[in-house]
Amino acid sequence: MSTTIHLPGADVTVSDTVLSADNLHKTFAVKKKPAAQALRGISLRSRSGQVTGVVGADGAGKTTLIRIAAGLLVPTSGSVTVLGLDSVADTLEIQSRVGYMPQKFGLYQDLTVEENMNLYADLQGVPGAERASRYERLLEMTNLSEYTRRRAGALSGGMKQKLGLACALIKSPGILLLDEPTVGVDPISRRELWKIVYELVEKDGIGVLVSTAYLDEAERCSHVVVLHQGEILAEGTPDTFMQQVKGRVSVVTPGKNETPRRIYTHLATQEHIVDATIRSGRVRIVTARDNDGVGATAAARYQAVIEPADPNFEDAFMALIPRTEQRFQKRVISTLSDTGQLRPDKVVIRTSGLTKRFGAFEAVKELSFSVKRGEIFGLLGPNGAGKSTIFRMLCGLLAATAGEISVAGHDLRRSRAQARSRLGYMAQQFSLYGQMSTRENLIFFGKAYGLTSKELRLRLNWAFEEFDLKRWQGRAAGELPGGYKQRLAMAAALLHEPDILFLDEPTSGVDPFARREFWLRINGFAEQGMTVVVTTHFMEEAEYCDRMLIMSRGETLAMGTPTEIRELARSPQTPQPTIDDAFIALAEGTMTMNQPANGNDSKRVER
Amino acid sequence: MNSLRRILALVIKEFAVIMKDPKSRFVVIGPPLIQFIVFGYAATYDLQNVRYAVFDESRSVLSRQLLAKVEGSTVFLQAGALSNHTQISEYIDNEDARLVIHIGPGFDRTLQASRPAVVQVIADGRNPNVAMIALGYLGSIVAEFNQDLVRQGVVETTAPGLFLVERSWFNTNLESRWFFISGLGGVISMVVVILLTSLSVAREREFGTFDQLLVAPFTPGEILIGKSLPGIVFGLLDALIFAAGAVYWFGVPFRGTITALVLALLCFIITMVGVGLLVSALSMTMQQSLLGSFIFLMPAVTLSGFATPIENMPLWLQKADLVNPVRYIIIALRRIFLEGADTPMIWPHLWPLLIIASVTLPLAAWLFRHRAV
Amino acid sequence: MSRGRLFMMRLRGILRKETLQILRDPSSIALAVVMPLVLLFIFGYGVNLDAEHVPVAIVGTDTSGVAGDLLGRFELSPHFEVFQVKTMSEAEKLLGLRHVDAVIHLQTDFSTKLRSGQQTPVQLIVNGIDANRARLIEGYCRSVVNQFSAILRARGEGAGYPPVTLAQRIWFNEDAQSKNFMVPGLITLIMTLTGILLTALVVAREWERGTMEAMLVTPLRRIDILLGKILPYYLLGMLGMGLSVTVAITLFKVPFRGSLTALIILSSLFMLASLGMGLMFSAAIRIQFVAAQVSIVAGYLPAFFLSGLIFDLESTPRFIQIISHAVPARYFVAISHTLFMAGDLWSVLLPNGLVLAGMAVLFIGLAFKNITKRLER
Repeated sequence: MSTTIHLPGADVTVSDTVLSADNLHKTFAVKKKPAAQALRGISLRSRSGQVTGVVGADGAGKTTLIRIAAGLLVPTSGSVTVLGLDSVADTLEIQSRVGYMPQKFGLYQDLTVEENMNLYADLQGVPGAERASRYERLLEMTNLSEYTRRRAGALSGGMKQKLGLACALIKSPGILLLDEPTVGVDPISRRELWKIVYELVEKDGIGVLVSTAYLDEAERCSHVVVLHQGEILAEGTPDTFMQQVKGRVSVVTPGKNETPRRIYTHLATQEHIVDATIRSGRVRIVTARDNDGVGATAAARYQAVIEPADPNFEDAFMALIPRTEQRFQKRVISTLSDTGQLRPDKVVIRTSGLTKRFGAFEAVKELSFSVKRGEIFGLLGPNGAGKSTIFRMLCGLLAATAGEISVAGHDLRRSRAQARSRLGYMAQQFSLYGQMSTRENLIFFGKAYGLTSKELRLRLNWAFEEFDLKRWQGRAAGELPGGYKQRLAMAAALLHEPDILFLDEPTSGVDPFARREFWLRINGFAEQGMTVVVTTHFMEEAEYCDRMLIMSRGETLAMGTPTEIRELARSPQTPQPTIDDAFIALAEGTMTMNQPANGNDSKRVER
Repeated sequence: MNSLRRILALVIKEFAVIMKDPKSRFVVIGPPLIQFIVFGYAATYDLQNVRYAVFDESRSVLSRQLLAKVEGSTVFLQAGALSNHTQISEYIDNEDARLVIHIGPGFDRTLQASRPAVVQVIADGRNPNVAMIALGYLGSIVAEFNQDLVRQGVVETTAPGLFLVERSWFNTNLESRWFFISGLGGVISMVVVILLTSLSVAREREFGTFDQLLVAPFTPGEILIGKSLPGIVFGLLDALIFAAGAVYWFGVPFRGTITALVLALLCFIITMVGVGLLVSALSMTMQQSLLGSFIFLMPAVTLSGFATPIENMPLWLQKADLVNPVRYIIIALRRIFLEGADTPMIWPHLWPLLIIASVTLPLAAWLFRHRAV
Repeated sequence: MSRGRLFMMRLRGILRKETLQILRDPSSIALAVVMPLVLLFIFGYGVNLDAEHVPVAIVGTDTSGVAGDLLGRFELSPHFEVFQVKTMSEAEKLLGLRHVDAVIHLQTDFSTKLRSGQQTPVQLIVNGIDANRARLIEGYCRSVVNQFSAILRARGEGAGYPPVTLAQRIWFNEDAQSKNFMVPGLITLIMTLTGILLTALVVAREWERGTMEAMLVTPLRRIDILLGKILPYYLLGMLGMGLSVTVAITLFKVPFRGSLTALIILSSLFMLASLGMGLMFSAAIRIQFVAAQVSIVAGYLPAFFLSGLIFDLESTPRFIQIISHAVPARYFVAISHTLFMAGDLWSVLLPNGLVLAGMAVLFIGLAFKNITKRLER
């Protein structure tokens, strides 16, 4: 896979280059282990007045590349030139001329917005006279003018990120380096952040190098570089990428009596289909080259309508990346599909008036919902919306301030330990015993749920098969590659065949491939009658849920099926709304659950 | 049966985590032994090589005889001979000598004339303990010298006939090292147990695994047992190694019964596990648990009677110190090692420990679930 | 702008940030000010080598005349709390039960023997488990007996005199009060802890919270980072030190005979060495947890056992003495004892101060070496 696909339009002139990397290699030496090659011969250019996007799966080398450019790491070989200066020799000079925003921006939580800005202004040597006008512009761009005296720790996730950006921009840098600036940020703040970036690019003509996991963001960049396992897989304008999959993308609209999920489950496992997703209630597929018959056959089987669609960057990206898990995915699902069962309408989870206060702060307000057996129920909202709090209350980890909870007939906070044995729980962060081996972890959780030795043996074999963990069984869990960690965590949660599965942000920090694999699996389990409650801040993932609850700052914004939610945002301007659109409309108050958008959505931020 | 299986799984897991985590291993094995040996040598009030200077203006046979007795003792080490008065303050000020023995010019004559002679001793009071003990030694040397004078016929008697006959029980030669080392093992194994257990819950909280335990069908009691056992096993092991080390390395006598020793250590370690788990259950991060255990350890050790006697404290502090578990084990260990105590004799020091444990352990178990945010 | 002005601006920024953080984060203030005061208060009372009201059993059937006088002497002494018992076996039982620490035995013919000018023993049995305490008790007893002899002599009772007597003078601490010795030592112990913990935690905290990465990609020089970390915590530590010294002088009535200048200069050196040590650990380790652990194992325990704070170093084996030279607290214990009790004796202060200065330079230098503007070493 070392051959770089050269797409037309990839050539850039050297005259206005703000950043250039030449044959960059970076190897991390780890004690007692083979050295990890993070970057393998990267060469790229980033120009002023342009946004250069770096996309790729986790571990592709995005962060390493940006850190080398910022002078935080020294390349093993090759060089990076930033604003005409060498990143190793002239580190300090570069650092006074770039704006850098790491993934987890180092705001001082105890300092106010203004004090944080003062600090960076002092560090960057911004003269006192220039500060007033600079601050004014930055605060206005970031909508933070009203909050200058508020401590950074008390800001919402999106505001923190904007403040981070303001600090990085304090001395009109020649180039802005952004490392996944929008992870975990709600859709409104995401749009605002990008608006600021584009304003700077257009008005001030600075260059931006940004890494991102959001493929819709990459689509808006002027130039995109796709990294895969430390190498450049392709680069060019988003259009050149999309040209590659032109004519290979179609959408399947399910017939009256079919759910998009069933069609999706089927299509995702077909050979020659490179990618399948549910988008706006329809199944979107990308077929392999010259093989557009597959979709039509499948569509006919489900009495669905298939239409060609314009490709987007995500389609192109998914078609581009070589995948090794293809075979495995198909096998798993083949045992699960076509087993669609009747779903008894039995309510297994019910809350009413659920409220949680931490001191004066109301994390969850008057929440009521119910989940039926075999449903996939999604809790959606940006970071800090209160999803995890609800989750922890459902699992009995946290006491509710008011209201009632019933999970499989129990309030898990008060019931006996046995009541928890029919539950599976997968926490947000990887939470297995890192020092213990894969096998030891599974055995521990099996015994914890009271499996007999015979059952345990059977289930271990199932887990090794199902999640392809056999070859990793002796390896310490903490040392597994990211995707396998997630699989192991899921295997541990499923070992005792729970009736209800709780998944807290299972796809956070997981690359697009692992996310697709994950949803496919979850769909399979739900088809078999397992009830799944899942939280996520990726709005588009809501499409995979049967029903969902959208929330923001502890309050319920809307609840319903994906179609119902999307319909809320339908307007002349957006005939095909996404869940993202719906969230923005809901959060900005231009519509509510009872009163759909009336077409007058002038408040919405358009780029 | 099912419960037993779960506890067993939990215990195996706890041991695996400790043995595989370099940080925990570090806490359990390496430093405690080094500390035991280094501090075992360092902790002593027995004086050796106390530097002294002599200003002998008499320069007579008798004065030399007295000085020879001083030099012959292992406690003192001569650091200089002075020739004038000003040097006295020089030697003391500069800490060149901690004592100056000044024998006046008339020493010999006075004694021969059967009049009492005075020997002046100046001690550096910056360390009053050393000063007092050294002066005590010097006093007994002078008393011996007086007896010598009687025997030699230089003087007739050492009357007024009142003299002190000293005897000490349990530690005839007054070796303070015995006193410290018998308790040192308890103190160091306590530090191990506290660090180990205080990390156990907090670490799981920090890595998120504790939620997994709480969501699994474990009862708080089962988690408590699973979390306690490794601490108890490692703590007891350390403590017994230190006890053996005290006897075979440092030569401390062991006069009590092994049963009493094991029982006392077991009670103590269980109590410490309770404290450690309580600290751990209260903290959300390893950082907090470390600070928390430190806040407990500092006063607990300092006020345990390990280095300075509890009896010397003001009464209010002695009363407050009754809740300090460490004081009980220190007394119990000393009584077992040096006084030959058996189980009934140390029981008064054990039940307070069990009461403390019966508060901390259930409280910790309750907090597992209720201290969750 | 000139380089100097830019430097000052960066320094101002980072100092202001650290100061605001300290002011708003109660934990650093608690660590630097509250903890030392509380510990000093508890330890100042709790750590005491002077025995008072030692329970002793006196066996004396003969309470008339001279024996009664001697008994009265013991009762008057502040060091003893006397229990009178009739028989020796009764007294030995009390000793065994730890109800008394010593038994003083006056034989039945005590008075007659003494009056007739015979050698008259006063028997003393102490519980030797705490050897130090036993020696103190012996010492107290001896001085009671000696004083009593002197009185007898003055009254003309009994015959003769001891040929040689000791005239003791204890300089700097006339009454040999152990608090004068303990409290300055405890200040050293507590400040060691504060100094190391403060800095060990702060730098590691910056790495963990991710604030360091954003700071590194600014024109901040390594020296700016170092100064920004040392100056505020130096001031905070000195504040704790000042309060501790005030408490020592006012509450515990420890004499302070040195000069304020000397105290400030020397405690600064000690504080810098401690801060430097903590900074070195945290810059090298980058994980708060391990940094704190190392600070305790390498900072607190040695300062307790190997500094001469409680245990006399010169009486320890050679190798312990050699190890103790690496412990900064050792030098400041010597300095504070001299400053409090003796005064500005530069012959003691200077060499110890120089070693501290050397250590401060070494530790801060190593910390500086370990501060890097890159993420990798």
